[in-house]
Amino acid sequence: MKTQPIDRYAKDLDPEVYASIHQTSNRRVLQREGSLFGDYPHANRLRHWAGELKRHTISHIDKYLEQAVTAMESRGVEVHFASEAESARRQILEILKSHKVDRICKSKSMVTEEIDLRRYLEKHGIETWESDLGEFVVQLDDDHPSHIVTPIIHKNRFQIARTFRDHGLGDYTEDPENLTQQARKFLREKYLSSIGTMTGANFVSAESGRIVVVTNEGNSRFGLAGAKVHIAVVGIEKLVPRDEDLALYLNLLARSSTGQHLTIYTEFIVGPRPENQPEGPENMHVIFIDNGRSETLASDCRDALNCIRCGACLNVCPVFRQASGHAYRHTYPGPIGAVLAPNLVGKEGFAELADLPKASSLCGACNEVCPVDIPIPDLLLRLRNRGKEEGAPGSKIASPPMGAWATLASSPTAWKMALKGGHLMNVIPHGMIPVPALRTWLEDRTLPDWQGGSFRRWLRNRKQK
Amino acid sequence: MLVTDRIAGRSVQLMATCLCDAFYDDVARATVEVLEHVGCEVEFPEDQTCCGQPAFNGGDWPASRKVVRHTLKVFEGEKPVIVPSGSCAAMAFHGSPLQFEREPDLDQVKALGKRTWELTDFLVNGLGVDSWTGRYHARIALHHSCHGRGTRTGEAMERLLKTIEGVEVVSFSEPEQCCGFGGTFAVTFPHISKSMGQLKIKNMVSADPDVIVSADMSCLMHQAGLAEREGIDFRVRHIAQVLRNAISDS
Ligand code: SF4
Repeated sequence: MKTQPIDRYAKDLDPEVYASIHQTSNRRVLQREGSLFGDYPHANRLRHWAGELKRHTISHIDKYLEQAVTAMESRGVEVHFASEAESARRQILEILKSHKVDRICKSKSMVTEEIDLRRYLEKHGIETWESDLGEFVVQLDDDHPSHIVTPIIHKNRFQIARTFRDHGLGDYTEDPENLTQQARKFLREKYLSSIGTMTGANFVSAESGRIVVVTNEGNSRFGLAGAKVHIAVVGIEKLVPRDEDLALYLNLLARSSTGQHLTIYTEFIVGPRPENQPEGPENMHVIFIDNGRSETLASDCRDALNCIRCGACLNVCPVFRQASGHAYRHTYPGPIGAVLAPNLVGKEGFAELADLPKASSLCGACNEVCPVDIPIPDLLLRLRNRGKEEGAPGSKIASPPMGAWATLASSPTAWKMALKGGHLMNVIPHGMIPVPALRTWLEDRTLPDWQGGSFRRWLRNRKQK
Repeated sequence: MLVTDRIAGRSVQLMATCLCDAFYDDVARATVEVLEHVGCEVEFPEDQTCCGQPAFNGGDWPASRKVVRHTLKVFEGEKPVIVPSGSCAAMAFHGSPLQFEREPDLDQVKALGKRTWELTDFLVNGLGVDSWTGRYHARIALHHSCHGRGTRTGEAMERLLKTIEGVEVVSFSEPEQCCGFGGTFAVTFPHISKSMGQLKIKNMVSADPDVIVSADMSCLMHQAGLAEREGIDFRVRHIAQVLRNAISDS
């Protein structure tokens, strides 16, 4: 029988990869709980509030975007818009060329992964270095991140040690401290010799046009310190209305993603270096990227745009833990990825990813931990319904057909007969059971004895007494 | 001595669930006895079938709506509908309204959802029963089924169990993790479902319980089925059976 691609991927997953993911994600779940509920016993109220505010922002995105752009431009930021990936890549390349930048160090940004920017820039002669340690390893291995916060959650330090040795970063060492030093030495030289830097944005305040970038390694700050040109690549959904709202989101983000009270470095960037400031980029460009977001906004999965990319739903997701992020075949894996990916790819791309929303037991753990309370299971269900309506092949694989069951379950007479007839299951050999779903069930599990009708009989006998 | 308050003259409808109808007759019986113990008069509409969840989760909403419309007719009226399953109860108050969002009979669906209760939630929060009676000597690993998230079922179960003499609820690691049943998920993603189940079983068994208890037979059917294939000693009971057995031992 044909099997679902994600199930197949999980089945073939390297046990070492499985172990790395399980260990880290489990630790993250505990850290999140400790730091969030330790500090805020009523953290769930914060989550609801943060969700409401984000929902409000996304519903008025045109207004807030305009406000942010006005504020940015008043401080000398050059703002650009890209409706899809290709346009974003082209504009970024042009900006770099116009400033004669031939080497950049960039900090971690999922939206640059989404538009596959690094490979594009390198193809066009711009040496591009990922300065986040995890992303740096991904780059050396020509891999893709498998988690939105912890890009190499699928690797252990022995694999990293081999990579560094093979790329000539230093002698083989398994000591994390030494490995970090090797990367640091290598990247430092790149930083010092590049005049361009690139960041994403975790949040953008519409009120002030401030962009907020958080890192744990200080790499964005290091990049900004020496650069003349700063390009920030930002998904349009990153807006929050006011500066003061940042307190809520920064507090929730760090606790939800890594269990920290606050990420180690938090940059607030309002624009290029003013005259009276001794250092910092003289030019700042912001690229606002749509790339399927407007279409998502118009759909019944709009709430997915509230996501602040904390990764908590990935960490807690039992399916993600079994399958790894790469199983999802898109930049955004895990529960939120299973909603975002089929939406962001647009109408034409949907069929190709229609199996993703099925990869969930709908356990709801994702919604329970989400700092902006996105009803992920509901959105997955809507997409399943859409997959069925559109007849997308991916949504059909290994899915038991429901038509006959529905007819049975809406006809009491037939239902009662089936309850009696089901006793056959207790006697016929399992291989002869004509229902494929049942055979799949029985491959790994036993089934209790069929007792159809017993309860009803008991009830009747009791009444007669 | 009877600690439990009896609330007399309360008439309820029982939704036994298709799973109990087909496999777990004793759970349905226990549910009736538990409800009668607290003074409810239990009515069982004979034409009931299923809550519609399999097709809903499977993504075939038209098929599911057909079954839900049948269920609406079967459970007409004003009486509380009691279900020995957190999952089927959640289908009534959360799942169904979602798939009827753009349907003309949304209000009826919501109304049925409003008066549908998971059994222990009804006992504790509907009737105000806050302690149970009798004895049940066992170390219990409580499986909080996923559809109980965000509802009061988990708390209600713990509350009642705490007051039964002899019950010891043991804790185990990764309690928030799903057991991998998920309805059709179990057959659409057989490998992942099995691995999730095995992990859950391992975590629970390492707390050395005498019995695994849950408000949902569906999770228990999956877990027990896996455990049996692996030759693991794994006894399961529905919360209604525990409550009923406690009374009979009082
Ligand atoms: S959906 Fe919620 S939990 Fe998942 S990454 Fe986004 S904000 Fe975090």
